[in-house]
Amino acid sequence: MTRTQRQRAVRLALYALFVLLAVVFVLVADWEAISTSFFVPEGFTETWQDFVLIGARNTILYTVIAFAGGFVLALVLVLMKLAPVAPFRWVATAYIELFRGLPALVVILFMALGVPIAFDGWRPPGGTIGAGLVGLMLVAGAYMAETIRAGIEAVPKGQTEAARSLGMNGGWTMATVVMPQALRIVIPPLTNELVILIKDTSLLFVVGMAANERELTTLARDFMASGPSAGTATSLIFVSVLYLAITLPLTRVVAWLERRQRRSR
Amino acid sequence: MSTQLHPTQQVDPGAPAIEVRDLHKSFGDNHVLTGIDFHVDAGQVVCVIGPSGSGKSTLLRCVNRLEEPTAGQVLIEGIDITDPETELDAVRSRIGMVFQQFNLFSHMTVLRNLTIAQQRVKKRGRREAEEVARANLERVGLSEKVDAYPAHLSGGQQQRVAIARALSMNPDMMLFDEPTSALDPELVGDVLDVMKTLASEGMTMMVVTHEMGFAREVGDKLVFMADGVIVEEGDPRTVLGNPREARTQEFLSKVL
Repeated sequence: MTRTQRQRAVRLALYALFVLLAVVFVLVADWEAISTSFFVPEGFTETWQDFVLIGARNTILYTVIAFAGGFVLALVLVLMKLAPVAPFRWVATAYIELFRGLPALVVILFMALGVPIAFDGWRPPGGTIGAGLVGLMLVAGAYMAETIRAGIEAVPKGQTEAARSLGMNGGWTMATVVMPQALRIVIPPLTNELVILIKDTSLLFVVGMAANERELTTLARDFMASGPSAGTATSLIFVSVLYLAITLPLTRVVAWLERRQRRSR
Repeated sequence: MSTQLHPTQQVDPGAPAIEVRDLHKSFGDNHVLTGIDFHVDAGQVVCVIGPSGSGKSTLLRCVNRLEEPTAGQVLIEGIDITDPETELDAVRSRIGMVFQQFNLFSHMTVLRNLTIAQQRVKKRGRREAEEVARANLERVGLSEKVDAYPAHLSGGQQQRVAIARALSMNPDMMLFDEPTSALDPELVGDVLDVMKTLASEGMTMMVVTHEMGFAREVGDKLVFMADGVIVEEGDPRTVLGNPREARTQEFLSKVL
């Protein structure tokens, strides 16, 4: 066989494999069961608003709170990592390693259930959901700190040297020369972390929340347990669509930002 | 500027602009400078040449302590900047520095590049800082670029803006670290012209360079460095035309 013939044969075999897998999937799937358990729209005409006005609203609200809190925490951690006094650096490093090493779910449970035991019933404001959010914030801050530190290191050293050679002190150099450029560099990875955080708000499901505090996943879970679509996966399909409606545009934005940044280099 | 440079030492008008005494610099086991004694008098243009790795850029960077000397002293107008009591930022604001890679602040317009340190360090008002900036941009022939961002300028234009930025601090002296080495050949001339004008206006300059023509034409003194020491120094025409040391002759035979 010549080279081109060989390539053509390989390609043909791959197409055949794909068709075979598709046929097997169609034959094996129980279409009857899928149609009765994955999509039962009856009763949703009255309650679909809950998914948007309560579920999607709270998911976005919790994301924004955790992201904003995590970002401020991350800035503090980064400044600590750059501090001239070693104990600050140790604490920041230990913090980042700890919270990146733990599952977010464990941290959330710890804040909502563990901390109130340890501190005699004290909770962060907002009840269990507030406590869960603090847990999410603590984890997000650790990840964002690493991202921002990488951004600072990506700013060419010559920028700092130029500022220092003009007589600007370390603080002003950081605030006016390094940080603005570092933040520009980390916008795409930070947006990525925002997308991850949107999905991680579903973990708050474990802390329990009042009816009007429910985010998308908790809401879906409730609709699987009761109501006209109980026992079906309809509500999961519904929230999946809503999650994607929020996350897909953001991942497109990240891709666009990354393209733009590559061009401007 | 009235800022105190040192609690006890005073600027001495009679002292050399730059004086380096027995300067040593090591990076780990790598001894880059091994005992440099050297000075630049006020109003002088001193060019430093030498093969790469000879320590000439490190020497220049020790002069405003971007590089921390391992041992020895650096005196700027009589003030020892290796003394921990020295107000380093205040001294640095009197020493303009131009880098091989220009190092313009890439997120700021040309105008902002020229005003930020004036406002933060020299405490000039915005209006005054902008006036000074515009005057210096005119000096380097780039008045029309005030609102441009560095990325939209050619290398030669960026370097002239960088010179204007340094000049906007009204420095007593200027350090140039291979200012034309990163430029396309056709852009070198404009930058050298600006430097020649500066020299003719009496600016004190220390220039690390590979431009032998500039050194010969403009320099008051030429220093040849190799392997962390000063091998030979003197009148540029003499050093270039009739070098005494074998090491100098070998280097010049390769570059001239």
